[in-house]
Amino acid sequence: MKPFDYVRPASIAEAVAAAAQPGAAYLAAGTNLLDLMKGGVSRPDRLVDVTHLKGLDRIEHLADGSLRIGALVRNADLAHDTAFAKAYPAVAEALLSGASAQLRNAATLGGNLLQRTRCAYFYDPASRCNRREAGSGCDANGGENRLHAVLGWSEGCIATHPSDFCIPLVALDAIVEIEGKGGRRELPLDELHRLPGPTPERETALEPGDLIVAVRLPASARDFAGHARYLKVRERTSYAFAVVSAAAALKIENGTIGHARLALGGVAAKPWRARAAEAALKGASPETSAFREAAQAALADAKPSGDNAFKIELARRIVVRALTLAATGTPARIPALPASPFASGALHA
Amino acid sequence: MTHSISLTVNGARRDLQLDDPRVTLLDLLRERLQLTGTKKGCDRGQCGACTILVDGRRINACLALAISHDGADILTIEGIARGDQLHPVQAAFIAHDGFQCGFCTPGQIMSAIGMMREAQAGDDPERIRECISGNLCRCGAYAGIVDAVLEVQTSEANQRRSA
Ligand SMILES: Cc1cc2nc3c(=O)[nH]c(=O)nc-3n(C[C@H](O)[C@H](O)[C@H](O)COP(=O)(O)OP(=O)(O)OC[C@H]3O[C@@H](n4cnc5c(N)ncnc54)[C@H](O)[C@@H]3O)c2cc1C
Ligand code: SF4
Ligand code: FES
Ligand code: FES
Repeated sequence: MKPFDYVRPASIAEAVAAAAQPGAAYLAAGTNLLDLMKGGVSRPDRLVDVTHLKGLDRIEHLADGSLRIGALVRNADLAHDTAFAKAYPAVAEALLSGASAQLRNAATLGGNLLQRTRCAYFYDPASRCNRREAGSGCDANGGENRLHAVLGWSEGCIATHPSDFCIPLVALDAIVEIEGKGGRRELPLDELHRLPGPTPERETALEPGDLIVAVRLPASARDFAGHARYLKVRERTSYAFAVVSAAAALKIENGTIGHARLALGGVAAKPWRARAAEAALKGASPETSAFREAAQAALADAKPSGDNAFKIELARRIVVRALTLAATGTPARIPALPASPFASGALHA
Repeated sequence: MTHSISLTVNGARRDLQLDDPRVTLLDLLRERLQLTGTKKGCDRGQCGACTILVDGRRINACLALAISHDGADILTIEGIARGDQLHPVQAAFIAHDGFQCGFCTPGQIMSAIGMMREAQAGDDPERIRECISGNLCRCGAYAGIVDAVLEVQTSEANQRRSA
């Protein structure tokens, strides 16, 4: 690990000023950043430790019915908050399906949003990677790429975004609060992560020094509590990143779908909101035929980026399964193996 | 620049000088404090061998910078027995043959203790498996480990019920 300076700012303003300097990076729990630094993938000159900042670790229920989650709330604490899990079950299920209990105890929500891709070539400094080093080329293109993107990729980068938490969040119209050099601003989570296009090294809409201070879920997100699921397919039943995942949330009124929300993970460089599928579901009755149509719409623009054509059919089936489970109704308790299609009951629901 | 930090490790206060901020909690415990019970497996958050409790919660010590944990209360495998009396989880691991080569065992035991404090698993074996899946054992003693955790969880639940 390259040597670095360590600073512990006393206020948000101090943090922003320190992190706006070239070569600086925020440190939260470090479960992604330290990993990357040990591998020589990230080489910051200065770490700005935000974990001691006051007031960013609160879960607040606001008067307008929305929920505000501080960036330093730990993944496990949010998932285990019973009021939270009841109101936003798919988000809790996604959180509990990510990483291990040890990592969830440490990892912060802000860090989860900004974790980097798990593309193996990105992780290996001996490989060419446009995301790690602009313009150097992409060894995933033509390499081992079973797990790479099928939507929104470019010739320059075919990586996927690894977060589980972000998938139901983007489906539920979450908003990110950011403190930067120009003060406070807000951004829909859908606009935080960028597709690679010709500049894969620009991963997010953030500017140097920008600190994520909170994530907000609008009041409307609660309307889906009764019919919301997150489903994640991985290469072992727990403690692995998604090959493909889906968050499905329905508002069912008089036997038809009033509103539908759908987002996919493991398919693109950002959490993928499937708006065409949502439109197809609106007004339909919650049945397999409608779910199949939605799955076709969600993957209509998909194309393989290498050896991963199987992901397209897999994603369609995960969409149908997630919508079927959501229509059946949110279970009273999150299954023992969160988001796993092999959890007891889930297969036959 | 030297940084001073203060930790409570297994009940004793330790004031430490760090001349390099790169040191992780894992390396600090093993190399500065000679507490080598906590193991280094992958050093990258993937195996759980380095599991310790920080302020009562299990985390991976290999991905935690010591300097960021100034003021923390740390419990390691060396701190769980009372003199010669083993912690119930230690005793149950022996009774159920929960370890083979033993390398990953300290992390497994600390993870099991952390899991019980989190009170998420109860006596459901499937939940126990998920809750301890952050600890990978290449010898594959999993069945014994689940039995050991189940025994302690069940006997503690019975004690609570009769109390
Ligand atoms: C073995 C392993 C398995 C994992 N499996 C999964 C999984 O299945 N699903 C999943 O979703 N995740 C998984 N993770 C990733 C884990 O969830 C992330 O590492 C974690 O959420 C990052 O949070 P952190 O607080 O440790 O962030 P850090 O590592 O401290 O930071 C991550 C990045 O975010 C930046 N940052 C942090 N906080 C802020 C902020 N408030 N504002 C601006 N920038 C900020 C940092 O500069 C850094 O670039 C896994 C990790 C490991 C090691
Ligand atoms: S797919 Fe993207 S992250 Fe992976 S090597 Fe290519 S440019 Fe880098
Ligand atoms: S040594 Fe820390 S998880 Fe493997
Ligand atoms: S007992 Fe040998 S690695 Fe677990």
